[in-house]
This record gives sequence, C-alpha cells and structure tokens, in this order.
Amino acid sequence: MTQLAMPPLDTAVLARRDEIVGALRRIVPDGVIDSEVGMRPYESDGLTAYRQPPMVVVLPETVDQVAAVLSWCHGEGVKVVPRGAGTSLSGGALPLGDGVLMSMMRFNRVKRIDFENRVAVVEPGVTNLGITRAVEHRGFYYAPDPSSQIACSIGGNVAENSGGVHCLKYGLTTNNVLGVEMVLITGEIVCLGGAHLDSGGYDLLALVVGSEGLLGVVTEVTVRILRAPETARAVLVAFDSSEAAGACVADIIAAGIIPGGMEMMDKPAIHAAEDFVHAGYPREAEALLIVELDGPAVEVDHLLERVEAIARSRGAFECRVSNSDAERMAFWAGRKAAFPAVGRISPDYYCMDGTIPRKELPTVLRRMTELSGKYGLRVANVFHAGDGNLHPLILYDANVPGELERAEDFGSDILRLCVEVGGVLTGEHGVGVEKRDLMPTMFDETDLAHQIRVKCAFDEKHLLNPGKVFPELHRCAELGRMHVSGGRVPFPDIPRF
Amino acid sequence: MAGEGTLSPTTPDGVLAAVQAAVADRAPLIVRGRGTKDGLGHAVASNRVLDLSGLTGVTLYEPEELVLSALAGTPMAEIEALLDANGQELAFEPPMRHLIWGLEDAGTIGGAVMVNAAGPRRVKAGAARDHVLGMKAVSGRGEAFKAGGRVVKNVTGYDLSKGLAGSFGTLAVATEITVKVLPKAETTATLVLHGLSDRDAVAALAEAMGAPVEAAGAAHLPAGVATALDLTEAATVVRLEGVEPSVAARFERLATILRPRGRITRLEAAESAALWRALRDGLLFSQDRLLPLWRVSVAPTAGPSVAEAAQAAAVAYDWAGGLVWLAMDPAEPDAGAARIRAAVKAAGGGHATLMRGSDALRAAVPVFEPEMPSVAALTGRLRHQFDPLGVLNPGRMGAGR
Ligand SMILES: Cc1cc2nc3c(=O)[nH]c(=O)nc-3n(C[C@H](O)[C@H](O)[C@H](O)COP(=O)(O)OP(=O)(O)OC[C@H]3O[C@@H](n4cnc5c(N)ncnc54)[C@H](O)[C@@H]3O)c2cc1C
Repeated sequence: MTQLAMPPLDTAVLARRDEIVGALRRIVPDGVIDSEVGMRPYESDGLTAYRQPPMVVVLPETVDQVAAVLSWCHGEGVKVVPRGAGTSLSGGALPLGDGVLMSMMRFNRVKRIDFENRVAVVEPGVTNLGITRAVEHRGFYYAPDPSSQIACSIGGNVAENSGGVHCLKYGLTTNNVLGVEMVLITGEIVCLGGAHLDSGGYDLLALVVGSEGLLGVVTEVTVRILRAPETARAVLVAFDSSEAAGACVADIIAAGIIPGGMEMMDKPAIHAAEDFVHAGYPREAEALLIVELDGPAVEVDHLLERVEAIARSRGAFECRVSNSDAERMAFWAGRKAAFPAVGRISPDYYCMDGTIPRKELPTVLRRMTELSGKYGLRVANVFHAGDGNLHPLILYDANVPGELERAEDFGSDILRLCVEVGGVLTGEHGVGVEKRDLMPTMFDETDLAHQIRVKCAFDEKHLLNPGKVFPELHRCAELGRMHVSGGRVPFPDIPRF
Repeated sequence: MAGEGTLSPTTPDGVLAAVQAAVADRAPLIVRGRGTKDGLGHAVASNRVLDLSGLTGVTLYEPEELVLSALAGTPMAEIEALLDANGQELAFEPPMRHLIWGLEDAGTIGGAVMVNAAGPRRVKAGAARDHVLGMKAVSGRGEAFKAGGRVVKNVTGYDLSKGLAGSFGTLAVATEITVKVLPKAETTATLVLHGLSDRDAVAALAEAMGAPVEAAGAAHLPAGVATALDLTEAATVVRLEGVEPSVAARFERLATILRPRGRITRLEAAESAALWRALRDGLLFSQDRLLPLWRVSVAPTAGPSVAEAAQAAAVAYDWAGGLVWLAMDPAEPDAGAARIRAAVKAAGGGHATLMRGSDALRAAVPVFEPEMPSVAALTGRLRHQFDPLGVLNPGRMGAGR
C-alpha cells in the first residue's frame, strides 16, 4: 500500500475507545461492531489499494439513531465516516483509525412509490437497481445506471453524483434526485426538496449531491422515476483509428442526435472483452463504438439509419445493428464486462476517471500511449464517448515492487492531462482520497477555500469524513479571519492563508 | 469608489474591484443584470448598484461539444439568437420576454441562472441548475473564484456552480457562466384536450407523463386564462418534440390513451411553438399586472387542491400540475400567502414564491417560502460563509429584512 497522509490520529479519542463503543451501544444496541474480525469487511471500499480498520462500526436503523449517534460524536469531537455499499472507486468510504464508520445498509426499505407523480421515496441503503426493480412492473425505471448498480446504494450514488451509460440522455444522479432527508453532524435533521421540483430558497440539494459524505448523512432519498422507453436498439461500429471514431461521435451530436448511450473502447479493451465474453467484437478494430438509441420503434429505426450513414461517412469498416434485445445485450456484454475482462489479463488494474472535451480524445489517447511507454505499463480504455468521460484502466502487478506506485503516478499524469486539455479530474467516481492531492491542479487556493466554506456551513468542526476531497483541512475560523474578526482590512491586499 | 451610484464594470476584474470596494466601505450592493427581475424578491435597501449589463460577450461556443460560456451580463436574446443559428437552444427554456412584469427584455444569462429559471420543458429537461457546468464568480468576501468546469460529467469537489444557481446574487456575483446547450428538436406538435376540469386535466397529464411518449411539456389552462390564447374553453396541452416520424407515432399513441377523456385536437409545429412560447413568457398573466402573482411548486397531483384553497382570481397549471400560477385579488393584504402556504404544506410540501406584487406587499409578505428552522439556519450559515458582511443583495432572499 502506498502511503497516504490522513489527518493525524487523535490519541485522546483512541484512549476513550471503550467509552465510545459503550455510548454507541446505548444508542444502537444491536448495531455495533468492534471486533477486529467483524470490522474487517469495512477496511476498504472499491479502491482496495487503501485499507484502514475503523475504530468501531455502527449500523443504525432509524433516523433518530443516526441523529443521536452524530450529535453524540459531535459533542465528543469524534470523527464519523458514512458508508453505503462500499463500492466507491476513490476511497470515499475509507475508514479512519480514530473514527466511527457509520454503515447505512440497514436503511433498506422502499418507502413509497407514487406513479402518478413519478417519484419513489427510498431509504439510502436501497441499491440503485433495487429502485428499478420496485417500479418496473408498471413499466418505470430509475435512469442513472452505474455499472455497479446491482450493489451500490442510492445513498452512495447521491454522495458521489454517480453516472452510467445512459446519463448522456437522462442525466446524472443530480438531475434525477428531487429530495433528501439528511442528518447534519450536529444531529439536526434537514429536509431538502421532495416530490415537487426545484427549491424555494438556496439549492442546498445541489451541494449535497456529490458531496462525498462530507456534509451530512443521507437518511431518505426522493428520486424521479421515468417511463421506460418502448424500444432500444444498438449499433456496433468498428473503426481503424480512434480519430475516426471520435469524429463519428462529434458528427452524431452535431446532427442533433443525443443517443441513449454512446460508448467507445480501444483495441486493448476490445481484445480483453472479446477474450472474456466472446461478444463478437471485431479484433482488428482500433476503436469500437456502441451507440444505443431508445424511444418509439419508428424513431429508433429512423435515427439508426442516420447514425449508420454518419459512421460510414467516417470510414467505419463494420456497422452491426442489433435486431433483438438479446443481440443488443450481447453488444453491451463486452463493454459492461470490460473491468473484469481486464482483470483477467493483468493481476491488478487501476481504473481512472477523467473527463475531457470530446474533441481532445485523439490528443489524449496519443499522449496516454506515450505515458504508457514511459511508465512501462499497459493501458486499456473504455470511454463514455458521448460525454467525454474516460476510464483508462492501467494494468499492473501489485506483487512487483514499485508497480503500484508507478501505476498511481501514471494515473496522476493522465488526470493532469485531462485538466490540461480543459477537462476535469473526475467525471463520476469522486475525489475521495485518491484524487484529493490533485485538487490544486484544477482549483487554486481561493477556489478551494470557497468549497471549504460550504463544508464550514454544514460541519464546522470537520468531523464528517475528514481527509477526503480536500488536500488540507483549514480551520473554518481561520478561513474567515481576514474580514470578520480582523476589523477593517485594506484592499486589495487581502491576506491569504 | 466610495459612496452611492451605479458601478458598471465591463470586465470580471472590474466586478472584483467593485465588490472589494463594497466590502471595504461596508456598503451593500444591489446586484443587477438588465434589471428584468427587479420585481422579484425583497427590495434591497442600498443606493449602490452593481450593474452587470456591460459585462457582455460569449467567450466560448463549441456547438459540437454542446457547450457555451458567456460573461454574466450577456443578453439572453443574443445567446438565443446565436444558438438558434446553430440549431441549438438552452433546453431549460427560460422566459425570453418577462410578460408578467410587462417587459419585452429577456434579461441576461447571469440573471436566468441566478434565479434558476425554468420553463415548461422543466418536466423533461430540468431547470437552469441542471444545465450549468461552471461558473466564475466573486463572493461577498471580495474574492474571485471558479467552480465546476466545461464538461457535463464532473464530480470534482462540490457542485458549487449548481448550488449558486438560484441564489439571487446573495452569495456571489457571477462573472462568467458555462452552460450545456442542446440541439433543438426537429419538429414539435401539441395535443390539446378540450373542456376538462382542473382535476380531470391533472389526472390526464399524469397519465400522459407516465406514458412512453416523452412529453416535453404538460400544462392545463382553465377556461378563465385560456382566453388569453384565443381559446374558448379549458385546454389541457401536452407537447411532443423530436424527429417527424417519432412525433407522429407518439401523438397517435398519446391520443389513443387520452381519447376517452375528451375531445382532442392537434397543434402543428408553428402553432405549437407559439403556445409554449406564450406559456414560457407568462403571457397568461400579462394583462392585469396589478394582480399579485404566485408561482407554486408542489407534487403535480397536489396542484388542483392548492389552487382551490388559494381562492385565486385566475389559475394556470404547468409541469403536469406541479407548477401552479395563482393571480390573486389585490385587495387582500397578504395576497393569500397564509392560505396558499398552508395548502402547500397540507399537500405534502413544496414552495410558493410571490413573483409579482407591489413594493408594499413584498415588504409585508415573505416572497420566498419560509424554510424549516434547521434549513433556515443552514442557509444563514452558508450566507455568512460567502458574504459575512452582507454586501451582496442583503435581504433580497429569505424572509426579507
Ligand atoms: C465494478 C464497479 C463499477 C462501477 N461503475 C460505476 C459507474 O458506471 N458509474 C459511477 O458513477 N460509479 C461507478 N462505480 C463507483 C461506485 O459504485 C459509485 O460511486 C457508487 O455510487 C458508490 O455507492 P456505495 O453505496 O457503494 O457508496 P460507498 O462506496 O459506501 O460510499 C461512497 C461515498 O458515499 C458516502 N456515503 C455513502 N452512503 C452515504 C449516506 N447515506 N449519506 C452520506 N454519505 C454517504 C461515503 O462516505 C463515501 O464518501 C463503480 C464501482 C465498481 C466497484
């Protein structure tokens, strides 16, 4: 494991561990785990390179218990890390050695489904797919579909603003969540939004979605459900260069077509997927596009024709249109299995998640190949092509000394490259601990200070999930010092921290 | 730069200097774009105006990347024209003429985003906040910062630019805004159901929204307001957009579903566009502008009961019933605020905003929905973090001063 600077352990808190465990047991009698073995499953999330046993695990079952635990921890100065299903790929749910890990997985009820108003009210531990399962008998679904949807919780989705292959057309979590109930670290319960649209005051919900468990513990989520499209068909398009594939994507969008999904894979990813699931992908292709169109059959057929014409005009050497749902699923099978497929050809892989302006794709792929040479590590690319979200998979072997570190450096270089060409560090996996120290490549001190000010409004003592997202913890009072307590200050020579 | 008057910066640095001066002088600013929303929110007690109408210019537009950046004072009309020339639009459909206040001006991009504007397409495409990708701004601390970026998928830190959308310039002054733009639909048609009661209409709209027809607008105009559009009876309207064969197929499908509910007619592209433009711009409530006007957001099926409880002079529904426009008798001292807000609460929650009302009325009634104490406290703390001295539009939001 690589060394990661986390907030210094609070030895005073650790010395009081027994007392803390006792206090938690009084609040949640049947939901406290403090044995080494019992806590082991909570040591890491989906970013398994980092492991850290928590001080203690608590599994509350009611909002009152959540509020009581948080307010007790707040009063005693004890840190809390919220956790959903633990599939985060950025270490957002990584425990703290001197912190309480609060698992929300007992909050697993679908509370209310209102088809007339097209909303579902669920507890945060319900899985993403669980929402769709609860409404599909009436032809509805919940649109954001992370590949981890069978496992990840909606509470985690809210915290990470998760996306999926259908987000190009239907939006991310933030565009599909209408309300949350959450508990602040003080134990106060706040309700934001609901079955109605938009906010009458500040859009605090917009800040909460994507806040990686730093602002509050979500105890209820209201999501928008949609009527499922009548049909969906996909076309598999093969190119002999990624430039051509990228140009095809640009042309489709320029033609006014927003497909339900538009995914790209490069040659190494195509081969890995083909070897694994035998989806029938053309091995000679340098780049493969899967374009899915959904809606009424006439629309889908009409647009498929146009997409095919565009693809041919960009030199596609193969265009295969799905003629049944089974065939469509087969096209997707390779893409959806891309991660495990790569897992088969390499002992370990490291999944990156930058976003770039689409037009930069050829440049970024070329420079990634150069970096691959420099670091001596292979890379395979899957790519949410429609919205510019790249998932380079860096192949390495953790048993070879130094390879993990090299993979991480390679990954950091890729993310810096994304920022350099006008993109961002993370499209959907979150900053967590993984990209925390890269934040200054995208934001300067003042930018970050304004984000931290949001944190200060919600959790002034930095007790919720500290050490994540922000490279340094600035005391809130210090952030504000220059104007508030310092009296009149001459401008524009504003002192900074 | 001390004292009163209007500051009209033409650059982001000029905005920074103006805010820093306001901080140094402890002199609050009235933050204004083209002033088209001066009638919205509580009056700000100050005589120093930060006028952003000179801070103009589209700084980036890449149609194939679906992204546009503009300085905050750029007129919406200019942006709309530019997008239109490329077959694109802002899908959240902000008003382009603020007819409820008798204005022909569409205001600025900064204004549209900072009030979180949303038109009839809200039900499908979201509000301004759903389309904001990034922002450069100056907070009430006199510091320039940026948030977000230029790409749709971005979870790098808090989504501060979305959070600032809808803050009415009380947290920060936006200097440059980056938004997602989308292709315009090739064609559109509207299904009209005639003569329904409010409750039947909202039930019909729920059915339409729950059908696989991708409705991009769902409104009900009771007989009282339908006349503004030269209709003689109540009209329940559902908009379909897309490629020609798809619109045709979905229209047929929807008509089959709704036919048992009443007489159906069809508006073709031009008529359809005119209808939705009128709804977007507030034409229905443009006649008697002395009537206080509420904009209420509730769960769609709660719309009719809120309207009944309100005892309004005129009512219209958008967002499948979830957006209720209520024009009230001007003689009532609180314009029905207490009744309306009680009905919103009884209906399961939402918010009522006083969109139009005299200065006296807006001084007497909270323009924005009062928040639950824990949320109000949180709002106050956020405001304190971004504008500790209260120099940006103090009192405009919240319960007023
Ligand atoms: C194989 C695989 C594929 C994936 N594919 C995708 C994909 O396609 N798209 C995508 O966006 N992501 C993807 N992910 C990442 C991950 O699944 C998402 O980030 C998911 O939303 C995490 O949910 P979780 O319940 O596992 O949260 P956790 O991992 O438990 O926690 C994630 C963060 O949320 C916080 N949190 C969790 N619950 C709460 C709560 N109730 N209140 C407050 N904070 C909370 C935690 O503190 C932490 O910061 C993938 C992961 C894997 C392993």
